[in-house]
Amino acid sequence: MIRPDAPVLLEVRDLRASVEDQPILHGVNLTIRAGEIHAVMGRNGSGKSTLSKVLAGHPAYTVTGGTVTYQGQNLLELDPEQRARIGLFLGFQYPVEIPGVSNLEFLRVATNARRQQGGASELDTFAFEDLVRERLAVVQMDPAFLERSVNEGFSGGEKKRNEILQMALLEPVVAILDETDSGLDIDALRIVAGGVNQLASPDNATLLITHYQRLLDLITPDHVHVMAAGRILRSGGPELAHELERTGYDWVDQELALAEVG
Amino acid sequence: MVATTLAHTWEDLAGAALPSRRMEDWRFTDLAALTAIEPRPWSGGDPMASLQLPVGVTRLSDAELAAVAGQTLARTGCDDHWPVRLNAQASPVRLGLRVAAHTAPQALTLSFDAGAQGELLAVHLVLQLEPGASLQVAQRVSSTGVGVVSLVCEADLATDARLDWGLVAQGQADAALLGHLAVVQAPGSALSLTAVTAGWALSRLEPRVLQAEGAASTRLRGLQWVDANQLADTHSLVRFEGPDGQLDQLHKTVAAGAGRSVFNGAVQVPQVAQRTDAAQLSRSLLLSDRARVDTKPELEIVADDVKCAHGATVSRLQQEELFYLQSRGIGADQAARLLLAGYCQDVLRELPTAAAGWQPLAKQLLEP
Repeated sequence: MIRPDAPVLLEVRDLRASVEDQPILHGVNLTIRAGEIHAVMGRNGSGKSTLSKVLAGHPAYTVTGGTVTYQGQNLLELDPEQRARIGLFLGFQYPVEIPGVSNLEFLRVATNARRQQGGASELDTFAFEDLVRERLAVVQMDPAFLERSVNEGFSGGEKKRNEILQMALLEPVVAILDETDSGLDIDALRIVAGGVNQLASPDNATLLITHYQRLLDLITPDHVHVMAAGRILRSGGPELAHELERTGYDWVDQELALAEVG
Repeated sequence: MVATTLAHTWEDLAGAALPSRRMEDWRFTDLAALTAIEPRPWSGGDPMASLQLPVGVTRLSDAELAAVAGQTLARTGCDDHWPVRLNAQASPVRLGLRVAAHTAPQALTLSFDAGAQGELLAVHLVLQLEPGASLQVAQRVSSTGVGVVSLVCEADLATDARLDWGLVAQGQADAALLGHLAVVQAPGSALSLTAVTAGWALSRLEPRVLQAEGAASTRLRGLQWVDANQLADTHSLVRFEGPDGQLDQLHKTVAAGAGRSVFNGAVQVPQVAQRTDAAQLSRSLLLSDRARVDTKPELEIVADDVKCAHGATVSRLQQEELFYLQSRGIGADQAARLLLAGYCQDVLRELPTAAAGWQPLAKQLLEP
């Protein structure tokens, strides 16, 4: 939903970042307003996953230039946990398995960290169980998954549903979903996309990082950006994703070559 | 009987020279924390005098106990080990128990504390499980201050007997623990031994298991936590003297501060032990640059038709796991504690129910 007067939630300006001294992002610009769904598309290695990790504060990535402003605040000076507490969410491409840590306990600690930041009271075990059972419906997840260790032994689809369950509990302001569609069969994709659509509201925003159009058939983006070589090469509406689906990424190479010559 | 021996040094008391670090089995294990304590005899009573025994479990008479004590130690090849000699010379508190054949599973809780008076508490426990007997033992050994615990346990498992044994050893900065846990298993028997140690200036545990004719099942779980200048050492041995034996062993270590951890896991599969299926895994977590871990599998395999897997990993807390938790709003310290608790839970959850209330490692895991 595009509303030109909606408040800007996330403003990325000329963002540059490297990993192990290897520059990956070469000046990314992106403005996300409340109510919007953005999609960043691009080939493997284009820098789209790096963008998501830099925004979430992954310690392996070094920001070498540019700014990121989140609701008027300098995001880059905050620890990953502080970013999460004020409403930034990253759905992982490969959710991490944590043996021995109960999923329910993990979800409760995370939810309370976010609630306390917002001035809400901490939920005790019983109150939290009521909440989590209600939110399980968003992703049609079996309560049995709560009793298991975090993501341990989950299938690809179960891990992604667990990510969206976390999103449903944390109620983020800006959710970045990194290749949430990868490794999902069509039923799991529908459930995950349905969850994302249910959670979208005029007050929050979603940034979908994806390779394929198929996710965008189920979640309609307001803005589509094509990323290559660590930059956003082109931005447009949903039609840009369809064009990519038709023509592939070859034109990206041509445009990139032209840009470098120019 | 209560120890009345008076000796000025540990060597005098044991009647044998202290193990030296020139001996392969003691290469990484410095006994300085033990020798820093002057040996003093135990002045307390028998900590197991008022033990309530479950149905089917009876005490061995003194004559019976005298007849069988030491047999399992000899069969598992540790009767001349220094800590075992020390125990024998220190007039240990002795307890012998027989579990009657084909009894319903029984639970036994044993708990003793070496106090804080710098005394040596020596305990010698002998368990005899008759055919088809089943026993669950929750055993707690602790020290509230300066003290030394010498623990020698022998268990003889007859055909189809089951022993589910959990040992929680929670020490203090000026306390030492020397323990031998010797088990002989007949075919069809099952041993599950879970040992957790933390907090001792020095701890040395030697689980030694003999599958006398193979065809038994052995499950070993170990967790040792060292911090500050503590040293924890586990030397385990499993020997198969017949075919079709099974071993599943997991040993975990957390090394913080300037702690030192030693694990040596011997598995012996001679020619008669065909079709042995043995797996051993040692996992160590290093939490500081000053901590040290020495881990060594020691597999001697002669039989040719066997499956013997072993592995050892030494790692730090995984950055990806920490970041995942942090990205959900969980602070770095709490995230590290959750990961540590999860890492330990793998072993802790195998302790008998009666041990749950002891909350081993609670101090380490729950303190901010």
